[in-house]
Amino acid sequence: MLMHVMPWAFAGLLLAMLLNFWRLLRGPDAVDRALALDALYLNAIALVVLAGIRLNDKSYFEAGLLIALMGFVATVALARFLSHGRVLR
Amino acid sequence: MNGEWLVALLLVIGVLFTLLGSLALILLPDFHSRLHGPSKASTLGLLALLLASALHFGANGQGSWHELLIVLMLFIAAPIGSAVLAQAALRRNVPSVADVRHIAKDAGEPGNSD
Repeated sequence: MLMHVMPWAFAGLLLAMLLNFWRLLRGPDAVDRALALDALYLNAIALVVLAGIRLNDKSYFEAGLLIALMGFVATVALARFLSHGRVLR
Repeated sequence: MNGEWLVALLLVIGVLFTLLGSLALILLPDFHSRLHGPSKASTLGLLALLLASALHFGANGQGSWHELLIVLMLFIAAPIGSAVLAQAALRRNVPSVADVRHIAKDAGEPGNSD
């Protein structure tokens, strides 16, 4: 059952990431592109977790955790730069 | 073998919610509406995916707390990330369907309230 669902899950995530890429290219304002990058890192974690289930390998979670940490820092830094013109004081 | 159905169901739910978040990012008219898609729907979808993975590895006898760590990290990160993005959008005066000028006034002038 799981192996029947798996290709559709990968296809759905790929479609979601393509939609995010479209917003990343089209976004009228820079904050739209920052939001698209935010959604892209969320979908990248989902893809890594899905690959971990498919390949039955636990070491993919460390990669997912690292993407979560780095993506959060990147989003906050990007938003601060877009609103204040600088990241730190 | 029964657990596999639950894992597959959670996978489908997770992917559908992630897809819904990305569809919202494409279809909604302005930035303040689009912010809702990834911040809520995609996070919920990712929660379902991580739950599926925890069940899958737990059924194989190699369960751990790593999934919970990612969930905890995401549930701290997603609201903060959305809030700073919304603040950036208010300060940049992005066009909006709703009238957000009174909120933008509360967000303050650049350089004051950080």
